[in-house]
Amino acid sequence: MNDMRIIERGTLVNDIKISAKGVQVYYADNHAIKDVDVEIEDKTVTAFIGPSGCGKSTFLRCLNRMNDTIDICRVEGHIAIDGQDIYDPQVDPVQLRAKVGMVFQKPNPFPKSIYDNIAYGPRIHGLARNKAELDEIVEKSLRRGAIWDEVKDRLDAPGTSLSGGQQQRLCIARAVATEPEVLLMDEPCSALDPIATSQVEELIDELRQSFSVVIVTHSMQQAARVSQKTAFFHLGNLVEYGETGKIFTNPEDSRTESYITGRIG
Amino acid sequence: MPVLWLFLIVLAVAILGYLLGRARALSAAPEGRRGLHSLPVYYGANVALKVLVPALGILILWLLVQPFVIDRAVSGTIPDSDIAEGASRGLVMSEVARVADGVKAAVGAGTMPAAMAADPSPDLEAVTQALKDAGQVVTGDVTQTVFAAAQKYNAMAAQGGLYMTILVLLAAAAGCVMGLHEAKPDFRARNVVEKGIRALLIAAASIAILTTVGIVLSLIFNTVEFFRLYPASQFFFSLEWAPSFSGRGGASELGILPLLWGTLYISFVALAVAVPIGLFAAIYLSEYASPRLRAVAKPLLEVLAGIPTIVYGLFALLTVGPLLVSVFGDGGYLGVSWQGGGRAVMTAGLVMGIMLIPFVSSLSDDIINAVPQAMRDGSYGLGATQSETIKQVVLPAALPGIVGAILLAASRAIGETMIVVLGAGAAARLSLNPFEAMTTVTAKIVSQLTGDSDFASPEALVAFALGMSLFVITLGLNVVALAIVRKYREQYD
Ligand SMILES: Nc1ncnc2c1ncn2[C@@H]1O[C@H](COP(=O)(O)OP(=O)(O)OP(=O)(O)O)[C@@H](O)[C@H]1O
Ligand SMILES: [Mg+2]
Repeated sequence: MNDMRIIERGTLVNDIKISAKGVQVYYADNHAIKDVDVEIEDKTVTAFIGPSGCGKSTFLRCLNRMNDTIDICRVEGHIAIDGQDIYDPQVDPVQLRAKVGMVFQKPNPFPKSIYDNIAYGPRIHGLARNKAELDEIVEKSLRRGAIWDEVKDRLDAPGTSLSGGQQQRLCIARAVATEPEVLLMDEPCSALDPIATSQVEELIDELRQSFSVVIVTHSMQQAARVSQKTAFFHLGNLVEYGETGKIFTNPEDSRTESYITGRIG
Repeated sequence: MPVLWLFLIVLAVAILGYLLGRARALSAAPEGRRGLHSLPVYYGANVALKVLVPALGILILWLLVQPFVIDRAVSGTIPDSDIAEGASRGLVMSEVARVADGVKAAVGAGTMPAAMAADPSPDLEAVTQALKDAGQVVTGDVTQTVFAAAQKYNAMAAQGGLYMTILVLLAAAAGCVMGLHEAKPDFRARNVVEKGIRALLIAAASIAILTTVGIVLSLIFNTVEFFRLYPASQFFFSLEWAPSFSGRGGASELGILPLLWGTLYISFVALAVAVPIGLFAAIYLSEYASPRLRAVAKPLLEVLAGIPTIVYGLFALLTVGPLLVSVFGDGGYLGVSWQGGGRAVMTAGLVMGIMLIPFVSSLSDDIINAVPQAMRDGSYGLGATQSETIKQVVLPAALPGIVGAILLAASRAIGETMIVVLGAGAAARLSLNPFEAMTTVTAKIVSQLTGDSDFASPEALVAFALGMSLFVITLGLNVVALAIVRKYREQYD
């Protein structure tokens, strides 16, 4: 683990943005998340790591109620964002998702032009008053998604005509365009080359100035590079959660250590 | 020997050959299956193929060719002088064939002694009586010429049948011997059998294609025949459809335009009903309905597609027509008198629209379901509502497929006959009023060919030209629809 630059991290304590208590998730009879408590800080990048199938995506989807769209999925427990219980019947999941953006594990551009893909969110939320403002939002988002240079000459081309990695960056740009307060990213870099990856990591670092970012990743290096906090999931349990530097250098749980050093997973 | 027996014998030889071939291949390889190029069953199948293909090929070919050959030979023996005034050689030959069959049946039934059937100059009255006793249809008295020809006919048929039996059995035996001879360990039986199976599949496919080609060719020939009798320009551009009674000559006006107008008008009304209702039903079923409701509602909707169109026609005639008249007709609820009778464009169009709803909804539902869930998730994840997601993501993604479904429904509407015959009336008219009776291309094809019509007159042949025009239109629609649907498929595969 010598090649990992574990930077000096500011230990200044941020406010709690998301607080989850006793979260259980079932897919029919499959108990996918078991009694998870976690507090995610504002203006922080939190990394979820863990072996495949341990429930990282599932837990991430609880945070913006995307699990509502899966019929067999049942969520129990308490999740609050800014102190407001998001599973309260009063809460409109549509508004919640405008506030908590998401980038999915597989790129899913709409069958529309690149421009319309980005403009989709701003349009439905009325973020732009006129065409010029919308153009500006689109360009800014594409730049933040590190894809502007590749697509600036063909904004009218369908989003589906891009390569897999380009599509993923388009989806990142699309999520950023709605200016969410929390951005959930499910393995955003799994289809990207090292250059695009480092651009997306820069973006994540920049987003941290104003938002809270939760990123699922299978790359230990990436988790170590971009995150301040790391949560290790194993078989539906949250095994360990804490400062990234501490998790990677001095984990408390033996399972965490085995995973990080490549012995389980 | 009856053909059925011959066929069964060949089949038995094939099965025997199969068993022998398999056994022989196994015994030829002392070290067991490992020593054989192919599995033992392939050696057996090779023998069976070698028995069946040539033998049955000869059988089928012979059965197809023999009647022609006999017909020509017998017809040559009838002198021109014996063909009655006004009759043709073909007419006499069909009489001969009838008598020949009759004699065979009468001998079989015992009403005609075998000696009489073979007698070169029998008592013709007795022959006629014997045929009648055997329940055979005989027109008038059997003449000497016809009877002699019939005798020759039967003799040739019997002889031909004998030759055929011998040849087929020889071919089967030869095939069997050859296949067994080949059953040696290094013979590539599997490759041969695979090729045989491929040939079988190709044959099946070509029968389907050839039939289509045959239908189209017959359409084309008859259409050309029609245009020889009737000017094409008048057919395509005349605004009038007024055929004189069939076969009586006189000037008929056979313009397709009024019929085409009726067809398109009724189809338009039908699509105006079916597309919105079908599409909305599909959206509800695929996006909003719970899986339980969907499992019940979708098959129920599809039941509509299973109702025979004649039942829809009755519904149009007996229910929808009178209902429309009571609203739009003289003294109706609206106080207007737009509609004269129950049969109208509106009646047929509405009912046809109901018929098409399941087409549109079922196809669209499948297409909407094929839009990946990830696409919807992407939209929900950005904070879109369900209706925004459907309107802006799901429907645009499904649009090409939906257009394809609508075009398929349109070609159904254009080709529909029974509803139109019963619901739209028979008047060929160029009118804009949807409450007037009009008629369509299909309905006119029916009326031109029913009743006793002379198939050589332009009034009957026009049906082929009409059919050809319809075929071209629906073919065009289908090609466009399939192209669109295919393009859509490629997007997600
Ligand atoms: N839509 C679903 N329906 C039923 N079960 C599901 C569904 N999604 C996930 N699961 C189950 O939930 C468990 C956790 O899955 P999840 O996708 O959260 O894993 P993950 O940690 O994201 O894995 P990966 O790293 O491979 O993406 C798995 O056992 C999976 O089978
Ligand atoms: Mg996952």
